[in-house]
Amino acid sequence: MSLATFKGGIHPPDKKELSKGRAISNTKPPKRVVIPLAQHIGAPCKLSVNVGQEVKKGEIIGAPEGFVSAPVHSSVSGKVIAIGEFPNAMGRMVTSVVIENDGKEEWTALKDNPDYMKLSSEELRGKVKDAGIVGMGGAAFPAHVKLSPPKEKPVDVVILNGAECEPYLTADYRLMIERPQEVVEGLKVLMKILGVNKGFIGIENNKPDAVEAMNNAASGESNIQVCALEVKYPQGAEKMLIKAAVGREVPPRGLPMDVGVVVHNIGTATAIYEAARYGKPLIERVVTVTGEGIKEPKNLMVKIGSLVSDLIEECGGFKSEAAKVISGGPMMGFALYSLDVPVTKGTSGILVLPEEEVVHAEEFGPCIRCGRCIDICPMGLMPSMLSVLSEKGFYEETKEYNLFDCFECGSCTYVCPSKRPIVQLVRLAKSLVKP
Amino acid sequence: MDTAKKEHQLIVSVSPHIKSEETTSRIMWSVNAALLPATVMGAYFFGPRAVFILVISIIASVLSEYIFQKSLNRKVSVNDGSAFLTGLLLGMNLPPSVPFYIPIIGSFVAVVITKQLFGGLGFNVFNPALIGRAFLLISFPKLMTIWKEPTAAFIQFDAKTTATPLGILKEEGVAKLMEVFGDNISLYTQLFVGHRAGSIGETSSIALLIGAAFLLYRGYISWHIPVSFLGTAALIAWIFGTKGALFTGDPIVHLFSGGMLLGAFFMATDYVTCPSVKKGQILFGIGCGFLTMLIRLKGGYPEGVMFAILIMNCFSPIIDRGFKTKVFGAKKETKESKK
Repeated sequence: MSLATFKGGIHPPDKKELSKGRAISNTKPPKRVVIPLAQHIGAPCKLSVNVGQEVKKGEIIGAPEGFVSAPVHSSVSGKVIAIGEFPNAMGRMVTSVVIENDGKEEWTALKDNPDYMKLSSEELRGKVKDAGIVGMGGAAFPAHVKLSPPKEKPVDVVILNGAECEPYLTADYRLMIERPQEVVEGLKVLMKILGVNKGFIGIENNKPDAVEAMNNAASGESNIQVCALEVKYPQGAEKMLIKAAVGREVPPRGLPMDVGVVVHNIGTATAIYEAARYGKPLIERVVTVTGEGIKEPKNLMVKIGSLVSDLIEECGGFKSEAAKVISGGPMMGFALYSLDVPVTKGTSGILVLPEEEVVHAEEFGPCIRCGRCIDICPMGLMPSMLSVLSEKGFYEETKEYNLFDCFECGSCTYVCPSKRPIVQLVRLAKSLVKP
Repeated sequence: MDTAKKEHQLIVSVSPHIKSEETTSRIMWSVNAALLPATVMGAYFFGPRAVFILVISIIASVLSEYIFQKSLNRKVSVNDGSAFLTGLLLGMNLPPSVPFYIPIIGSFVAVVITKQLFGGLGFNVFNPALIGRAFLLISFPKLMTIWKEPTAAFIQFDAKTTATPLGILKEEGVAKLMEVFGDNISLYTQLFVGHRAGSIGETSSIALLIGAAFLLYRGYISWHIPVSFLGTAALIAWIFGTKGALFTGDPIVHLFSGGMLLGAFFMATDYVTCPSVKKGQILFGIGCGFLTMLIRLKGGYPEGVMFAILIMNCFSPIIDRGFKTKVFGAKKETKESKK
């Protein structure tokens, strides 16, 4: 039987075997955490603590500003020792709060809700918002915004994204294996908030045990369906996932809610469950630390604000040949220039590549018009034309080739035999023309 | 590496951080390799003279590219195998009896004028080897149409001059072709093996098909152009192939003679000069097939593959524009949305 999927896509080696067998483990409590006030798409938070102030675990340290924003909480109990500009994983300087961990793990008062499913959708949405939950697959879009569709866009389907199509990463996989019930409960909360009765969980078929675990967990729920998806990058891209799971195509530059769908990541679903059930804010997440350059690949439960260097140490350090460290997956992640940057809500993995796995940005060749990028572009674009036009400075003309429909998945650059930096040329054009 | 680690000198670059192992030069050398069976058969049937022409052609092509790039202070790219491929294809498209300077002139026209002067690999409008051959055919019509009988005796230098099957078909009709080759079965067998007069690398259908199968299997070419090219040609050959009677033509003779297979699998599929969009490639192939048969049946030349591909090369950019891919999620364009 052919599995549900989309048109195009690539098959990079998935390399998940490095870390997929490692159960989620806790890290040593960090000595200090650096928590950026802007971890999400949207307005940065307003600082709500002072230097010297004692904070508890789960206490708000940054209050949301505006609708598209999400509060930030302390991930440890301790004392605020500094507030200032610190670099994040993308290399930008962002206002961050540095808290020294007193190791007491004292929680701020949380409201327990054993009967959370009896709460109104309004109350549940409020809990998601107060918990500061954002999309944990990497984009970090505030979750409550997706859960507030305007009236003219009725939503009838919620899809949980368990594709985890980026090579190497196994954080969502471990959650599905270890905490399938929480994932299902999270999905139920999402469905309740949106008032829909169709829920899907899309999982790439290279994780048959996760498909099985989720099927078992959802066996009592007649309105939740687990879909095994073809293993293909970028199967976990929102639009591709929706196409595969329910056969709907999000219009160009539209949102999933234009076709009545809301998509959330597996990690986000468990965070939403915890927010609904225990009132727990998003202060920790699963991070896959992996790659051929790390001694012991692991899936770690990491406190937001922990430094990447702490995680590397937790995993036995580098093998001698470690050459590149990436926040996120190898296809869309960011290469770090420093290890002293914090894990944020959107950090799904830390990937350490040894010298021999690093593809150097060597001189690239001319486009030979082989058409590989056109055949695999999941968005149906012509990346070859985009790259040639951008390279020659015809930026305006790139719009004729639908420049702004590119979501920079990197598939074209992966397959290009001339090793052209197609995505980068697309980013260049995007930065120079108006949509 | 150790020092780099100590100082945390990490490599920073933009995503994606992994890339496939496919490279331009690997593709080019694979195509060269795919032409090996046909080259060997050419050498077998036409002897040392054919090998000599092929070697001259390849050396002249590679040297032309090297000298051109060196003298313009450009990066020398002869290692990518594309100049080698142009030389090999040009040589395979020449009669085995041509004098040594013919492949040299052809290579210069192919590599320098057709490819490098248009901006080098990726920017040429026309297939370089075919322009090289077209130039030679027009400039040296006599030399380019002297065909030798295949001998399969490696040291025989004075092979008899003869006509190609397409030449016979054009001048004297199908009856004469049968007379020369005996019966149908014998004709097909000879064409299949390659025991016939023709250009060095075009005669052995089986060898060309083996190479083509390799390229298809490796995904270096797709079925779109060869199938539409050969399908159209076969259809036209069947319908109009016999003078004065419809639907009685012999498509097999047409497919397995001349440069049809070499052209359809190895020249029309040249990435640079064919459309990049698959749907457009089908139209391109149909055009090639149609023009080939138009020239073969109605034109002045017995063979039309070369001109057909060159003419269709002109259309590649516009075909790509016309068959622009549909953006994911886009509705069919209406007049209003086109604005």
